[in-house]
Amino acid sequence: MTAIEKALKERILVLDGAMGTMLQAYKFEEEDFRGDRFKAHPSPLKGNNDLLSLTQPEAIKAVHRAYFEVGADIVETNTFSSTSIGMADYAMEEWVYELNVQSAKLAREVADEFTNANPHKPRFVAGSIGPTNRTASMSPDVNDPGFRAVTFDDLVESYSEQVRGLVDGGADLLLVETVFDTLNAKAALYAIDLLKEENNWDIPVMVSGTITDASGRTLSGQTVEAFATSVSHIPLLSLGFNCALGADQLLPYLRRLSKETEAMVSAHPNAGLPNAFGAYDQTPEEMRDLIEKYLEENLINIIGGCCGSTPEHIQLIAEVASKHQPRKIKINV
Amino acid sequence: MEERYLKLSGLEPLVVTPDSNFVNVGERTNVTGSRRFLRLIEQGDYTAAIEVARDQVEGGAQILDVNMDEGMIDGAKAMTTYLNLLAAEPDISRIPIMIDSSKWEIIEAGLKVVQGKCVVNSISLKEGEENFIQQAKTIRRYGAAVIVMAFDEDGQADTLARRIEICQRSYTILVEQVNFPPEDIIFDPNVFPVATGMDEHKLNALDFFKATKWIRENLPHAHVSGGVSNVSFSFRGNNLVREAMHSAFLFHAIQHGMDMGIVNPTMLEIYDEIPKDLLTHVEDVLLNRRDDATERLLDLAESLINDQKERKVEVKAWRSEALQDRITHSLVKGIDEFIELDVEEARQAVAKPIEVIEGHLMTGMNVVGDLFGSGKMFLPQVVKSARVMKKAVAYLLPYIEAEKDGKQQAAGKILMATVKGDVHDIGKNIVGVVLACNNYEIIDLGVMVPPEKIIETALKEQVDIIGLSGLITPSLDEMIYIAQELKRQNMDTPLMIGGATTSKAHTAVKISPELDSTVVHVNDASRAVTVAGSLLNKENAPLYKETIRKEYDVFRAKFLDRQVTKEHIDLATARSRKLKLDWSAFAPQIPNQLGVQVIENQDLDALVPYIDWSPFFRSWDLHGHYPAILNDPIVGEQAVDLFADAQVILSEILEKKLLKAKAVFGLFPANSIADDDIEVYVDENRNEVAATFLTLRQQIKKREGKTNVALADYIAPKDSGQKDYIGSFCVSTGFGTAELAKQYEDANDDYNAIMVKALADRFAEAFAEYLHKEVRIKHWGYAANENLDNDALIRESYKGIRPAPGYPACPDHLEKNTIWELLQVEKNIGVTLTESLAMWPAASVSGYYFAHPEAKYFGVGKITRDQLESFSERKQMPIEEAEKWLRPNLK
Repeated sequence: MTAIEKALKERILVLDGAMGTMLQAYKFEEEDFRGDRFKAHPSPLKGNNDLLSLTQPEAIKAVHRAYFEVGADIVETNTFSSTSIGMADYAMEEWVYELNVQSAKLAREVADEFTNANPHKPRFVAGSIGPTNRTASMSPDVNDPGFRAVTFDDLVESYSEQVRGLVDGGADLLLVETVFDTLNAKAALYAIDLLKEENNWDIPVMVSGTITDASGRTLSGQTVEAFATSVSHIPLLSLGFNCALGADQLLPYLRRLSKETEAMVSAHPNAGLPNAFGAYDQTPEEMRDLIEKYLEENLINIIGGCCGSTPEHIQLIAEVASKHQPRKIKINV
Repeated sequence: MEERYLKLSGLEPLVVTPDSNFVNVGERTNVTGSRRFLRLIEQGDYTAAIEVARDQVEGGAQILDVNMDEGMIDGAKAMTTYLNLLAAEPDISRIPIMIDSSKWEIIEAGLKVVQGKCVVNSISLKEGEENFIQQAKTIRRYGAAVIVMAFDEDGQADTLARRIEICQRSYTILVEQVNFPPEDIIFDPNVFPVATGMDEHKLNALDFFKATKWIRENLPHAHVSGGVSNVSFSFRGNNLVREAMHSAFLFHAIQHGMDMGIVNPTMLEIYDEIPKDLLTHVEDVLLNRRDDATERLLDLAESLINDQKERKVEVKAWRSEALQDRITHSLVKGIDEFIELDVEEARQAVAKPIEVIEGHLMTGMNVVGDLFGSGKMFLPQVVKSARVMKKAVAYLLPYIEAEKDGKQQAAGKILMATVKGDVHDIGKNIVGVVLACNNYEIIDLGVMVPPEKIIETALKEQVDIIGLSGLITPSLDEMIYIAQELKRQNMDTPLMIGGATTSKAHTAVKISPELDSTVVHVNDASRAVTVAGSLLNKENAPLYKETIRKEYDVFRAKFLDRQVTKEHIDLATARSRKLKLDWSAFAPQIPNQLGVQVIENQDLDALVPYIDWSPFFRSWDLHGHYPAILNDPIVGEQAVDLFADAQVILSEILEKKLLKAKAVFGLFPANSIADDDIEVYVDENRNEVAATFLTLRQQIKKREGKTNVALADYIAPKDSGQKDYIGSFCVSTGFGTAELAKQYEDANDDYNAIMVKALADRFAEAFAEYLHKEVRIKHWGYAANENLDNDALIRESYKGIRPAPGYPACPDHLEKNTIWELLQVEKNIGVTLTESLAMWPAASVSGYYFAHPEAKYFGVGKITRDQLESFSERKQMPIEEAEKWLRPNLK
C-alpha cells in the first residue's frame, strides 16, 4: 500500500486550490514569462503559466508553500497544459518533458520540506494532467461531424511524454483532471497503464471529470454513471469531479458518483460561478459551508478547490474536513 | 457471493444484473449480415447507414453490433468513420457499441474512437495463449469488455467437454494472468446446427445449454452470449420450422443462463405461439429427447412444406385469368411451361404476329422492369424472365418472318465486350441479358476483344452505347486505352464500364478525363437499364450527360482530395525492415515428393464439399454469406431458389461428367536471395537454378517495430544455411464450360448458360482449396495432422498460404509466366495465358505454396519508383514495360 492509500484510510485529504488566481497577483509581463532563457523565442509567451516553472520557479514554489501552510495534503504540479498538444500554441513542444520534470521537482521539493518538518502529516505531489484543447470524440466543425482534430494515438503519444516527465520529476500520483471528453481521458489512462507496465511503476491514479452545466452531463454528453463506467477499467485511487460548477451545483452529481464508484471520491469545485467580469466572488466561509454538506453526507475522501479558490478557502475547508470522517468505500471481499 | 455486474456505457450506462432481462444486441449494422448495410457502406452513403443504427436503437436494441468485415471495403477506415459519425448522434450513441470483427486492426481502430465502454466481439485461444493474452491486455487497456469464443489451437469446441475445457482455460488466463475483470468476460460457447442427420450433431444444442449452465455456475461473474440462427441451418428454406427452433432454443438457452445474444427479431416465432406438435418435435431435437427426434422433425417439416405446396397448386388458379395477365404472370414468375400456349392464343387474336411482342410481351416485361427497378425482383428472377421471353420470341419468329413485316424497333443498340486479354464474362452476360429484356439490341463481341474490333464494330453497326467489362487489373488500362481511341477518332458514343476490378473511382479519375463523351460506371444490372435509358432518351440525354460529367468531376476532385497521402519509405529502408523470421530455430519440412506432378482428370465429386458458395451468390448480385444468405430477410427467398437451380445443374455436371478438372503442381528446393527474390532449384544440390520468382515488398511507412513484408521473407535466405522449399500450382475446371454454356445459349437459356460458368468458377476455387489441402497433408506433408472443416478453410485457418499472382500479396501478373515455364502448364494441362496474362479457360487458379507457419496473406499496397527500377533490373525487362504491368501498384 502506498503512503497516500494509508493516509486515505484514516482521514479526508485536502487538495490545493487554484494556481492561476495566485499567479495573477505577481502581474508577470511578457519578459517575466520569457526569463533569460526564452528571450529569443519566436512566439509570444505571456499567459503560458506552465512555463513559469522554468522561468519563475520561486513564484511557483511560493504558491505550493502557501497551500501546504494552510493544511493542504496534496498539491498539483503546474502542468495542466504541459503536453505537446497544449504547448503547440506557444511553439514550445520540444520543452514538454523538461516542463513536467521541473514542475514536479518544484512541488516535490516543497512537499518534502513540509513532510520533514512534520512526518506525521506526509505531503503529496499530484502530477496534473489536463484535457488538452482538442476533443477526440467530437468534431470542432459542425458541418463535418465525422472529423476529428486529434486522434487517440496523438493523445497517447502526447500524454506519454507528459507522464514520463511527471514521474521522473518525482510526482507521487497522477491526476487526470477536468475531463470534458472521456475519450481524451481514456487515452491518458492508456498511456499511463502502458508506462506503468513497461517501467514497473506503482503510482496511484486519480481521475476527475467535469460536468459542464445543469444538464448533468460531460461536454461529450455522458451521464455521471456512464462516465464512471467508461474510466474505471484501470485501478483508480479516486474518481471525482472538478471545475465548471460551484460546490452547491456539484452536490447532486457527487451523490450519484459516490453510489457508483468503488474508488475514493474526490471533489474540487470552483469558488461558485463566475460573475459578470469572469471573477469568482464566493467567500471562503460560503464555500466552506457548502462543502460541509458533502462531509455531513459522507460523500468525500479528497476535497479541494478549483478556479477562484485561494489559500484562505483551502484553510477553512481543511479545518472543516478534519472534523469529519472520510467516506467508506464499498468493501469487496 | 459478492455482486459484480457487467457495466457498459454509451452516453448512458447499461448494467447487466441477475435481474436484467435478456440483452438484445442490434445486428443490422453488420456488413456480413445485412446486404443493405453493406451496400450503403460500399457506396459511402453514411447518412443512410446511420439511419439503420437509429432504427435499431428505436426498435429496442440495447447494444449496437457494428461489423465492417468485407474484403471490398477498408474495414478499419469504415469502422472509424462510422463510429465517429455515430458519436455525433446522441440518440444513437446513448447505447454501448459492440465492435465486431475477426480482424484485430479493425477492432483496434474501433476502440480508438469510442468514449464509452464497449464490447469487443471477439477473441479466442485460436492462435495460442500469447496472442490471446496480448489482445486481452490491450482490450482492457482501452476499457472494453470482451466476448471470448470457445475456440483454441485445436479448433472450435464442439462437445460439452471441449467447451468446458476451453472456457475454463480462457477464464483462468484472463482472470489470473491478465487481471481481466471476470464480469467483463462474455463467453460464446458456439451454437451449431442440429438435426443434420449426423449422430455427432445430436447433442449440439443440448451441449450448448449445458455448457452455458456450467459457465454460469463455475466461472464466477462471467456471461454467456450466442448467435442463435446457426442452430437451424439444416432447415434453411423452411422458415416456419426455423423460427420455431430459434424461439425454443432461445427459451432454453435463457433458462440455462444465456443473458445476451445476437438475434434477428424477424426470424423469431413467439414461443407460446408455436403450434404444440411442432414445438414438441423441435424440443425433442434440441434436447435430444428421443433417438428418432431428427427423423420425426424432418417428416413434420416435409409435411409443412407439402402444405405450402398444396397451397401453391391452388395458386394455379392464375391459369384461368385473362390472357394478358397470364402472360405477365409467366414472365414475372419465370414460368415457361405455358408461354407458347398463351403466345399462340395471343397471335391468333392480333392482326400481325409482331404485335404480340410489342403488345403482350412488352407489357409483361415492363412489369418485370418496374419490379426489378424498385428492388422487388432480383437478378436471378429477371434472367429467368428473360428465358421465358426468349422462348416466346423464338416461337413467334417464323410467323413474323413469314409476314415479312420487318423487325420491331429496338430501344437502342448496345455493344458489349470483355476487353483484350480478359476472359471473364459472367457479369457482362448478365447485363446483356437484362438489357435485352428491356428491348435493347445487344451486339455481344464476347471475350478478349481487341480495341480495334470494338471501334470498328461500333462504327459499322452505329451502336448507341459501348459496354466494356473486365475482371483482372490490366483490363483497367485497356479501358483507358479504348477511351483514348474513341476520342482520337472523334466518336461520341457513351461508354458503360463494369466488372469486378472497375469502380466509380477508377472511372471518374482515370477514364472520364480521357474522353469528351460520357462514361458511366455501372456495376449492377438493374442500374444498367436505367443508365442506358437515360443515355438514349432524346429529350433528357444532354442534361443527363451533363449531370453525370459534373457528378464525376466532383467525385474525382473529392476523391483526389480525400486521398490521405500515405507516407512511403524507400526500398532499401523497406528491405532493412523486412520480416526477419528466426531461421536458426526453424527446420523447414522436406516435401514428401519433390518435382512436378500432373492430375489428368480430377473427380469433381470430391471437390463439391470444398465449394465456397458466397461468391457464387455475389456473381448474381445477391450479397451475403452462405449459408446465412438463405435466410436473409430481403434476398433469402431468391437465394434459396437460385441455390436450388444451381444444384440441378451441379448434379447434371457431376453425373454426366460435363466438366473436366486438371491440375499441375510442383514442389521444389528454394531459397530467398537478395531480400526480395526466390531462387527455385532443379534438385537438392541447389546448384542449378530452375527459375527465379520476383516478389514485391511493402513500402508503406509503418510504426517502429512493424515489418515491411514481401513473400520472399517466408522462404529461408540462402545464407541462412537452411534448406527451404516452395510450391507452385495451376488448376482448371474450365474444360467443357464453353461448350456446355453454348448449348444452353443455343436453347435460348441464358440463365443456365451463366449458371454453368459461375459453377465452373466455384469448382476452380474449390479445386485450388482441395489441392492445397492435399499438398499440406500428403505431397508436402508439413501439416499431416491437420483437421479443418470447410468453414475453417474459407476462413483460411490452415498453416501456410497459397497466394496467386494478380492478388494483393503479389499483385503483378508477370510471375505467371515463370510459373507456366517452371510447371510446363500449357504442355501439361493446356491452360494458356492471354496477352494480359489472364488464364484460359477462365475457370482456372494458379499460385504459389508457402509452408512457413508464420506465412500470412497481406497486401503489398503501393510501391515507389525505386522498387519499379529494381524490379525491371532484376527482371531484365525495359522499365517502360515493367511500369505497364506494375502501374496499378505504383504510387
